[in-house]
Amino acid sequence: MSVTPATMAQAARRTDARAAIRAPADPFAMVRRGLVYLLLSIAAFVSVFPFLWMVIGTTNSSADIIRGKASLGGEFFNNAVTFFTQVDALRVFWNSAFIAVVATALTLLISSLAGYGFEMFRSRVRERVFALLLLLLSIPFAALMVPLFVMFSQARLVNTYTAVILPTVASIFIIFYFRQATKAFPTELRDAAKIDGLKEWQIFLFVYMPVMRSTYAAATIIVFMANWNNYLWPLIVLQTAENKTITLIVSALTSAYTPDYGMILFGTVLATLPTLIIFFLLQRRFVEGMLGAVK
Amino acid sequence: MADARLARREQITGWAFIAPALVLLGLFMLYPIVWSLWMSFQVGRGMNLSFGGFGNIQRLTQDVVFLRALGNTFTFFIIQVPIMIVLALLFAVALNDSTLRFRGLFRTAIFLPCVTSLIAYSTIFKSMFATDGIINQGLMAVNIIGAPIAWFSDPFWAKVVVILAITWRWTGYNMIFYLAALQNIDRSIYEAARIDGVPAWARFRYLTIPMLKPVILFTTVISTIGTLQLFDEVFNFTAGTGGPADSTLTLSLYIYNLTFKFMPSFGYSATVSWVIVILVAILSFLQFLIARDRRRPS
Repeated sequence: MSVTPATMAQAARRTDARAAIRAPADPFAMVRRGLVYLLLSIAAFVSVFPFLWMVIGTTNSSADIIRGKASLGGEFFNNAVTFFTQVDALRVFWNSAFIAVVATALTLLISSLAGYGFEMFRSRVRERVFALLLLLLSIPFAALMVPLFVMFSQARLVNTYTAVILPTVASIFIIFYFRQATKAFPTELRDAAKIDGLKEWQIFLFVYMPVMRSTYAAATIIVFMANWNNYLWPLIVLQTAENKTITLIVSALTSAYTPDYGMILFGTVLATLPTLIIFFLLQRRFVEGMLGAVK
Repeated sequence: MADARLARREQITGWAFIAPALVLLGLFMLYPIVWSLWMSFQVGRGMNLSFGGFGNIQRLTQDVVFLRALGNTFTFFIIQVPIMIVLALLFAVALNDSTLRFRGLFRTAIFLPCVTSLIAYSTIFKSMFATDGIINQGLMAVNIIGAPIAWFSDPFWAKVVVILAITWRWTGYNMIFYLAALQNIDRSIYEAARIDGVPAWARFRYLTIPMLKPVILFTTVISTIGTLQLFDEVFNFTAGTGGPADSTLTLSLYIYNLTFKFMPSFGYSATVSWVIVILVAILSFLQFLIARDRRRPS
């Protein structure tokens, strides 16, 4: 039997008439089902195992970890103590949290303003600007980092939070994401609010933002993770230990000649917890938000 | 009269909404990128630069380390991106079946790796792939290998670990895009095809793939950009060296080393960074071409 897009379309048209008729029982269906479950189980196991490994690793000594010991040990307390004596954890966590929270809030605000602006107020010039932005989207960070570093050192902002946050705030990807999502925002809402005498900025703040909360939730996950996990740019501009983020500190620990993996995995768990928590808190909204954007 | 004033106000409001983003992008993206293009024609050390014409480009062609980094980056791209896209598609299609049990659980599990920071998972992989580590033990226990593999000191296996690690981290991320797109496809089309006895692979090939084409294109371009910029993983696996014997040195890592580790030569590192820009442009363009061609039914 030949299968062409044409027969597909035909098939689609006949749906209603034949929906009631069940397909003939397929002897391979059970086998196929089983294979799907097997494939997904393997994928899920491979995906989750490193997390288990990380958690188990915090309870073992470095020597045991290198030897591949996959059972719980009694070194958790020691690892924690080593980590906290070597790392000023409070300070480092504060650096990461401050940078990630401020950068996320600013990114969401500025990029959603732009996404809304591009979609709601169309003009030929702005469409051209938007096209230019999409072109810039493919510019790799490597091409920017040298001039950026020189710019920030000339402005004497090297080793400041400002230097880490500022270049990330206007994200073309997030602007694009918000513009796509705004297509689903009912324009009647804006018209109604206008009749009620709301100004444009009030419409954005009090109508658009609450209505689009799923979109904001999904964007929060993406942007917060990107900022919390950001590595290359902070590595370049943050130069003293008291300003470094947790990712930088944990990474520095691993480059020791004989890394203490028990302690490092303890730090890794700490570094991963915030993003894990955000993910699980916003997970449902995240899926909704993604659906809204791809539509 | 009133209409014209209203239209002008709309214009001004429109620009006001996008102005903050445009100012920031101009300052931190457009300006540096133009500057870096100018820089790439400059030679000299540190900030003492002078115009060097095509000197840097000439240096590129003779720079063995650069060519090796270019080759490595390309190897990672050619092997890793297709594997990841195919896996992500496969998982997404499997998870899109509403009769499947534990869907939410599988979806969350496969997406979970994206939550980890690049540093966290580099550390985890580094400890799992230790010579006496858990991976080697597992492989030896099921007799796939006879002796432990020295993952990080063998140029070939070091590349394999990098590819495995990136695939682990990003497959779920791409899968979410496909899942979202799949859920917008009208179910009745599949139902009809199934009733008409169209086999599963054909449904995948002639229904799913064409309908997902825009999303596949989008994720492929994004993954291409990501892989060509590969830095964090190799930096952490190898303590910044790109070893063993430069076998995991990527273009981004080389730029970093040129700028911040060796005698800084901003001009030359800007030239190398433009190689990435041009590569991304060419590859994205090719991907667009392929996607457009395939749209015509054969």
